[in-house]
Amino acid sequence: MTSLEPKITPQLVADHGLKPDEYERILTLIGREPSFTELGIFSAMWNEHCSYKSSRLHLKGLPTKAPWVIQGPGENAGVIDIGDGQAAVFKMESHNHPSYIEPYQGAGTGVGGILRDVFTMGARPIAALNALRFGDPKHPRTRHLVAGVVAGIGGYGNSFGVPTVGGLVGFHTRYDGNCLVNAMAVGLADADKIFYAKATGVGLPVVYLGSKTGRDGIHGATMASAEFGEGAEEKRPTVQVGDPFAEKLLLEACLEIMEAGCVVAIQDMGAAGLTCSAVEMGAKGDLGIELDLDKLPCREAGMSAYEMMLSESQERMLMVIAPGKEAQAEAIFRKWGLDFAIVGRTTDTLRFVVKHKGEVKADLPIKELGDEAPLYDRPWVETPKQQNVDPASLEISATVPGALERLLGSPDFASKRWIWEQYDHLILNNTVQRPGGDAAVVRVEDGPKGLVMACDVTPRYCEADPFEGGKQAVAEVWRNITAVGGKPLALTDNLNFGNPERPEIMGQLVGCLRGIGAAALALDFPVVSGNVSLYNETNGRAILPTPTIGGVGVVADVAKTATLAFKDDGETILVIGATTGWLGQSAFLSEILDREDGAPPPVDLALERKHGDFVRTLIEEGLVTAVHDVSDGGLLVAVAEMAMASGIGATLVAPPAGMVPHAFWFGEDQARYIVTVAHAKALVLKRAETAGITVAKLGVTGSDRLNIPGERPIIVDALRERHEAWLPIYMGAGF
Amino acid sequence: MKSAVLVFPGSNREGDAKRALENVSGSRVSLVWHAETELPTGTDLVVLPGGFSYGDYLRCGAIAARASIMDAVRAHAARGGLVLGICNGFQILCESGLLPGVLVRNARLRFVCREALLKVERTDTPFTRKYAKGAVVRYPVAHGEGNYAADAETLKQLEGDGRVIFRYVTADGRRDDTQVLNGAANSIAGIASEKLNVLGLMPHPENHVDPLLGPTDGRGLFESIAGVLEKA
Repeated sequence: MTSLEPKITPQLVADHGLKPDEYERILTLIGREPSFTELGIFSAMWNEHCSYKSSRLHLKGLPTKAPWVIQGPGENAGVIDIGDGQAAVFKMESHNHPSYIEPYQGAGTGVGGILRDVFTMGARPIAALNALRFGDPKHPRTRHLVAGVVAGIGGYGNSFGVPTVGGLVGFHTRYDGNCLVNAMAVGLADADKIFYAKATGVGLPVVYLGSKTGRDGIHGATMASAEFGEGAEEKRPTVQVGDPFAEKLLLEACLEIMEAGCVVAIQDMGAAGLTCSAVEMGAKGDLGIELDLDKLPCREAGMSAYEMMLSESQERMLMVIAPGKEAQAEAIFRKWGLDFAIVGRTTDTLRFVVKHKGEVKADLPIKELGDEAPLYDRPWVETPKQQNVDPASLEISATVPGALERLLGSPDFASKRWIWEQYDHLILNNTVQRPGGDAAVVRVEDGPKGLVMACDVTPRYCEADPFEGGKQAVAEVWRNITAVGGKPLALTDNLNFGNPERPEIMGQLVGCLRGIGAAALALDFPVVSGNVSLYNETNGRAILPTPTIGGVGVVADVAKTATLAFKDDGETILVIGATTGWLGQSAFLSEILDREDGAPPPVDLALERKHGDFVRTLIEEGLVTAVHDVSDGGLLVAVAEMAMASGIGATLVAPPAGMVPHAFWFGEDQARYIVTVAHAKALVLKRAETAGITVAKLGVTGSDRLNIPGERPIIVDALRERHEAWLPIYMGAGF
Repeated sequence: MKSAVLVFPGSNREGDAKRALENVSGSRVSLVWHAETELPTGTDLVVLPGGFSYGDYLRCGAIAARASIMDAVRAHAARGGLVLGICNGFQILCESGLLPGVLVRNARLRFVCREALLKVERTDTPFTRKYAKGAVVRYPVAHGEGNYAADAETLKQLEGDGRVIFRYVTADGRRDDTQVLNGAANSIAGIASEKLNVLGLMPHPENHVDPLLGPTDGRGLFESIAGVLEKA
């Protein structure tokens, strides 16, 4: 090994994000001091982002199986059977740290990474979603981050050619120093043509495909596994630069060589680049891998082995090619103008060997690199429970219409049109429900079947009670999919938390995971893929615990999905599920009374399931004309959204005697839906009674305003104007 | 009727165009790779689809305009054959000299995907004959560089020759050059060649043909083309 490389010192080890005891573990494992390149490889494999060392123990408790699950967690993406020999392939992944440092490239490469995860498995991406969290709108960096992240997501997805059909955007001061960019992609494949990372066969060529390797993104995954201090912006060189054009070519070329039967195993180069992809292919297949870096296509001359192994240059793939198929595979890649190079071969040694300029730069046991990564049972403390908020104890000066107007014009509730109009949501000609509804609906090929997708989480709930918050996030996504008529099938989780070395943060992670697990189990909604992003923390201040849930469901006939817009005058508005007026941790409390306290609403999972299954049946049978799930903001926000989407108003009932009106209208009790019924009213009420489901009449649609007994009328058009105004004005846009 | 939809590296709406042609006009459609030098025998219509050919690097449409298939497209157009360029296809037609002017960055510097209202300025073209005169139609746009620009002389000539085929209008059907979603000169959304056989437009008629997905105003354009070719 060369003597020109830096000497291994405790400082160098620390700079690689490895703790002294982790370094000791390396020494024990390989029986000698590692080379500089080997140290880099260990740092890439053993950081939090790649090894899940803090979360692995607790992730084990999640339900991951169901008869329709083809592939659960552990591969590039989850795979579920959607019938007719077809499979949906999906995952959500964060790109938080890079997006804060360089929003356009950070967010764009986040989209690129998740699209690659999906087509690596042989699926063509057919939809993208994203969940974004920004700091207080008044924070000086927020506007810049919103503009850059949105442009970056659009810039990548639009050019690649996938419709961005849904998502969520929220603002809170706890994200001032760490924004969240969680990107989800959903692809379609034949259920019997899924491709995996597991290599098989000794002596087969390991092929490098796609863009050339440059010096960008070195240590990206290590950077993303640490909290920020002052000067986070100076970490810009660790952010990768995206090229959606190259990714589009890579997609087409990969699908073409898969179709041609050339591929034995495939792994994209994402976090930790060539290192991680090569080790995974070998380790999963119980094979060794030998790489010859002299063959690696490089963007610049003079790159060292260390740099090549740690580069996170985008739009690259590693494959094991079937015997005798090299020439055919190469011809396909050349047609698409992409690099193709045989950079190594599989061996039977179980060693990961890296050669460069005639020297062995690394020679490590391949299984242990992944399997022997540290696993921590970090100390954690339970989040203290909060008292319930008694609505009668609140001093409320806002009127009900006044509170509604303020809520709908507030950053979290205001229309996000300014954002989703920057995303091409129509390409591929299958978008049945466009952004703005409860869930996105995308037709599968020529139909009539469709996929239904949504993502959600209420971080305030998770902070106050991680277990209930985790349950609620899953239940909410399940409800979103149900509200358009979809049958929820499986979910992906993107767990965003602060520094896990702090017991209270670890307690949030543990609590949320237990809640997610409980809800996923009760709702038959298993976890098939996911991603963990820890250390979302700046100067000791963590983000709100944000386990974003992305769900996928299926609908037999997209023509029979429900939308939230009121359809006609004179229809009866029903609310399914009981309203107790739960104000703890509500948007009303936060936005109108400026306090975030109390216990969040409890989630009764059996009731969720019962009510959801009931509503879905009503939709399937065409008995309801509009459907909307009731989430944060409560009944009146839900009704107002249905009115604004249609221009049709409603005359509503008075709150029940004895209930504080604001609690009735803005309380956030779970397991509720609003539906409208026309001719089928009596039948629906009868069905609910038979099934023992709480249903109450909320009013009747009609006119151009919302009329609430004893309150001033709310003009729907004016409300919509206010709802649409906040974001464009905030971003300084004209129209 | 036979159609050829061109595929450049980075094209991404070729499938949408193909589907609309097949479903609405009953056309037989072949996808033609940019490196080809000839169109399939008997091609009636050539479509340059939307997308980001060559990543829109350098200048959108500039590299695709120099692809080898484009000589065949120019020859097809010179023979009076129909050519339709949508979005990136319109940009390529301008860059290849088949249509005048250029598409530059949207005035507000943002990509915009939304439904746009368009006035059909002429209904005596092969692409618009199924629309009523003065009809206002709804097509979606999805572009970051759809801001039509040309020098004053060219604009004057286009207007004088009646070659502006689609124009952005406001909700009440008026032309208002200050309110155009991308800042296009004279509210221009689509123009045709002198002989009216080459049409380029930024909005996407191919995404508004299926009642399940939204409005169906785009069908008229594909029905118009089919009608012309049946008569021929």
